Amino acid sequence: MTEPLLRLSGLTKAYPGVVANRDVSFDIARGEVHALLGENGAGKSTLVKTIYGLVKPDHGTMMLAGQPFAPADPHAARTAGVAMVFQHFSLFDAMNVAENIALGMENPPPQRAIAAQVRRVSDQYGLPLDPTRIVGELSAGERQRVEIIRCLLQDPKLLIMDEPTSVLTPQEVAILFETLRKLRAEGTAILYISHKLEEIRALCDTATVLRLGAVVGTCDPRVTSARDMAELMVGAVLQAPQKADRRAGDVVLTLQNLSARAPHRFGTALMDICLDVRKGEVLGIGGVAGNGQDELVAALSGELRTKAGMITYQGRQIGQMSPNARRRIGLLAAPEERMGHAAAPDMSLTENAVMTAMTRQALTSYGFVHWARARAFAQGVISTFDVRTPGPGTAARSLSGGNLQKFVIGREIMQNPDVLVVNQPTWGVDASAAAAIRQALLDLAAKGAAVICISQDLDELMEISDRFAALNEGRLSVPRPAKGLSVEEIGLMLGGAHDMEVARNGREAKGARDAQKSGVSHVDG
Amino acid sequence: MITLDKRPQPSRLWTIATPLLAVVLTMVCGGLLFAALGKNPVVTIRTIFLDPLFSEFAWYYRPQLLIKGAPLVLIAIGLSFGFRAGIWNIGAEGQYIVGAICGAAVGLAFYPVESALIFPLMVLAAALGGIAWGMIPGVLRVKFGTNEILVSLMLVYVAEQLLAAMALGRLRNPQGMGFPGSRNLAQYPSATSWINESAGMHWGIVAAFIAVIFAYIALSRHIFGFQVRLSGQSPRAARFAGVNPGLLVLVCMGISGGLAGLAGLFEVAGPAGQISIDFNAGYGFTAIIVAFLGRLHPVGILLAGGLMALTYIGGEIAQSNLGLPGAAIQLLQGMLLFFLLAVDLLTNYRVRLRKSEVA
Amino acid sequence: MDLSAINPILLLASLMVAATPIMLAAIGELVVERAGVLNLGVEGMMITGAVCGFVVAVNTGSPWLGFLGAAVGGALLSLIFGVLTQVLLSNQVATGLALTLFGLGLSALMGQGYIGVRAPGFTDLHIPLLADIPVIGPIVFQHDPMVYVGLGIVAAVWAFLTYSRAGLILRAVGENHEAAHALGYHVVRVRLLAIMFGGGCAGLGGAYLSLVRVPQWTEGMTAGAGWIALAIVVFASWRPWRLLLGAYLFGGVTVLQLNLQAAGVAVPVEYLSMSPYLATIAVLVIMRTGRAPGSLAQSFHASR
Repeated sequence: MTEPLLRLSGLTKAYPGVVANRDVSFDIARGEVHALLGENGAGKSTLVKTIYGLVKPDHGTMMLAGQPFAPADPHAARTAGVAMVFQHFSLFDAMNVAENIALGMENPPPQRAIAAQVRRVSDQYGLPLDPTRIVGELSAGERQRVEIIRCLLQDPKLLIMDEPTSVLTPQEVAILFETLRKLRAEGTAILYISHKLEEIRALCDTATVLRLGAVVGTCDPRVTSARDMAELMVGAVLQAPQKADRRAGDVVLTLQNLSARAPHRFGTALMDICLDVRKGEVLGIGGVAGNGQDELVAALSGELRTKAGMITYQGRQIGQMSPNARRRIGLLAAPEERMGHAAAPDMSLTENAVMTAMTRQALTSYGFVHWARARAFAQGVISTFDVRTPGPGTAARSLSGGNLQKFVIGREIMQNPDVLVVNQPTWGVDASAAAAIRQALLDLAAKGAAVICISQDLDELMEISDRFAALNEGRLSVPRPAKGLSVEEIGLMLGGAHDMEVARNGREAKGARDAQKSGVSHVDG
Repeated sequence: MITLDKRPQPSRLWTIATPLLAVVLTMVCGGLLFAALGKNPVVTIRTIFLDPLFSEFAWYYRPQLLIKGAPLVLIAIGLSFGFRAGIWNIGAEGQYIVGAICGAAVGLAFYPVESALIFPLMVLAAALGGIAWGMIPGVLRVKFGTNEILVSLMLVYVAEQLLAAMALGRLRNPQGMGFPGSRNLAQYPSATSWINESAGMHWGIVAAFIAVIFAYIALSRHIFGFQVRLSGQSPRAARFAGVNPGLLVLVCMGISGGLAGLAGLFEVAGPAGQISIDFNAGYGFTAIIVAFLGRLHPVGILLAGGLMALTYIGGEIAQSNLGLPGAAIQLLQGMLLFFLLAVDLLTNYRVRLRKSEVA
Repeated sequence: MDLSAINPILLLASLMVAATPIMLAAIGELVVERAGVLNLGVEGMMITGAVCGFVVAVNTGSPWLGFLGAAVGGALLSLIFGVLTQVLLSNQVATGLALTLFGLGLSALMGQGYIGVRAPGFTDLHIPLLADIPVIGPIVFQHDPMVYVGLGIVAAVWAFLTYSRAGLILRAVGENHEAAHALGYHVVRVRLLAIMFGGGCAGLGGAYLSLVRVPQWTEGMTAGAGWIALAIVVFASWRPWRLLLGAYLFGGVTVLQLNLQAAGVAVPVEYLSMSPYLATIAVLVIMRTGRAPGSLAQSFHASR
């Protein structure tokens, strides 16, 4: 009988008010790609942090290769052969690649030796990376490569990957999967965390499903349908959003060669973005993180001022207008980061309502705030959008991601915008809240408003958009009707595999752009 | 093992209780310090905290409380706006000096004319002087991204030199037999800030109370107060909400500079009486403690200003009656701020004792 | 006024001495800030170091022990800041200010019996051969040993940050404490050590004032040197060699204005005394500084 590489038995971890892991037990075999599946908040992160030594379980034990395994910290876990690629990269922007890699290794050789090793491993696995580059200037895909190579240099027995594909184009996903398969063939076990079912079906050998902290099932993803897995994961059958028939109306917003410098050192400059947005349509804008999404939202919301003539809204030049002046004429926005951008975490929901609704809802007169009116408006958002909270006096930081996101989106929708710009509307949100938010956006468009939905979740964009465009390095592709777009086409619009192809073709150094045109392998699945 | 869990919301109870706890802890530690200096800790603490209010000479000390407390409250109210918004004006001492110089200069220029207009003009000049001095770090931060903490502080040293230059030069009393220092404004009826000197009442005390009321209304009811709080907590959210960060810096620096300048004038034209080399007594720095001790809340600042004035006066009593070194009081004030910052943790975190289990 | 009374060689030589206290305090603060902590209490730690060093030196008769005492005193004081900000998660700006106010009071109390006392001093070194080089010798090679200790510390910090593993970890903690924690580094421990190093260096800087430069104890004798040290760290873009430049620039302004005062320039003394502070402001405005460490002045609390 072959003993498993890692055996988890009865792991339990409780935080005040929530049990993150409840009696979790399963095995990971050598050379297996094991999926850990679950919604946001199901306890996946806590579980992998336990394995990586960042969290100590309240109860339960782990066995690694037959030995008791209780890593006191990540150093111990790495020494024992466990490596991890984080979802939110554990990278240091101002340092170069080699330094970043050295920081993730137990006994790193001198910098020069690391550089040589990086070159060797990146050749071996087809992951090109220049060890002298500053990490803050890399694309999201390249940053992930830094993390992966950092892990591979340690010859791990178990590689944990937390949502690795959320920042990759379909082409990059395909290449990542090839690397992972190569590793599996070499005997490395991979614990692969995702909520993307098709990916798991394409890659993984076994899947363990978590819901509310507990294991609710194990299955073979190669033979189980995505629908069945989704039901296991969510615990209920979800309805797809209802897309009402609607016709696109007049142009309401025009971007004419919109360009803007990057607002900070590691930001992205916007370059010559041209776009017409029509009433009653949902325009989906895809793109890998860090390709100008934040900057585009800022240019539209008014946080970033642009030159006259670049943004025309209902016949007016608004590039120089303040955020509140834009709100007054019906252009609203909801940025990506909930905590600290779209909402102030330490303020109450009432105060958060005042933040953006002050102008359109007339919540002030002569500068004095009508707190009663503000509270009523916040209460309206809470009840209309089913935000689960004790009341409008609650601090925003105490809400779950899904509930706060419903509040943030609801706050804008309740102000009846003519154009609503949202960035990552369902990021880190549980499935039922995500479905509710998507439906709300579709309903808003059905009422005649234009919705610009920027997202990194391609499934989401395909589900709700009428037209689709992609942001890549600050440039926007020409929008195309969403219906009938294939995954490959979308991938190429997103920038293809960036510079990955260069390495594959024996470093012919033709540049990333050429690589897009060359044959890109299909996405498995 | 002790663990900290972030509270979903700041605790209301601890928000009020922490300053009191800090005062108690300071009394305990201060007592230990005094014991180490060879004083009876109980007597010393009583002298400092209770004698100004309840001893047989309290009739003399109580008005002193208002006189000491008013500049502290006035300056701290001004600072509290900036501190809430994450704008750190540390140079109130300098703005206080420059306000006093400008106001006194206007008054002295009219000497010996008597007119009801002189004092209002001095008030105006002091406010403008304080604002101008406070605007320097503000404008530099907005235009060049210069750190306002360092610039405002450097300007304190510049202001101190300016004060010395004025006391020895331009503003020196021509009839002062060559002694440094200006004419006594308190004895110039049109220029004095005293309303009733024997009762210890001057315009600065009135101004402090007005400032508290205005600040309270601005912070709780007005959109400006909301923008200040929002900018301090989440600068990015503030920008999204339409706050102009540069303008906010200028307004906050202007408010704090202006109020500090006013405090300087009321002091120089009343209790201090004249521009002299050592006119400034560190109110601008102590006001920082007052602002934090009052949790940047107007009413809290009022109470904290009173408490700090108490330690000043009590400290003087202890100095003359018990021979306690003056520096010990300064230390006590620093300690108070430390304890306040330390126990502040309880407002936002729950402290739990947890047995660490071997998993 | 007699400008010819100013001897350029002596001027440059005293520049190195004038720059040393600020250089010492600033190099300590540089390490602290590279670890992501903003300690505004440099002034308080410096003055505490000044009095500690003075007291120890007077009582032991050894300036070396005095400097040791100053470093220990500064480090202990900084530990209060460290515990408050790192363990009790207090606001770093407010706590740093409190440290300065506390340090001023503490030093005044400690130094009570020592006003007017003379401390044992160093004799200036006379480095063989090098010190005899004309012009350069007197400027660079004829100082008290702490001048060279200070330069040594700057060089050591540079080497530490650039080449050592520990320096890499320290920078990582300052750049992104969340990521450093996720990789298993002890953010709080690293920061506490950095804070104590900063306190020790500030203490040395203070003691240099009370034991070498003045050399006497007077209340509030640092007169803003700690704040200028903070400004120099910003000016230096958190890089050790630029810090050295900043310290010498400042030392130059100080020495020049003192010489002008002595030469009897027709400007009131007070206006000349302003010049170091005005120069600091000017430098802060003119210099385009680099990027601050990513996690500077942010509290770290390992959440779930």
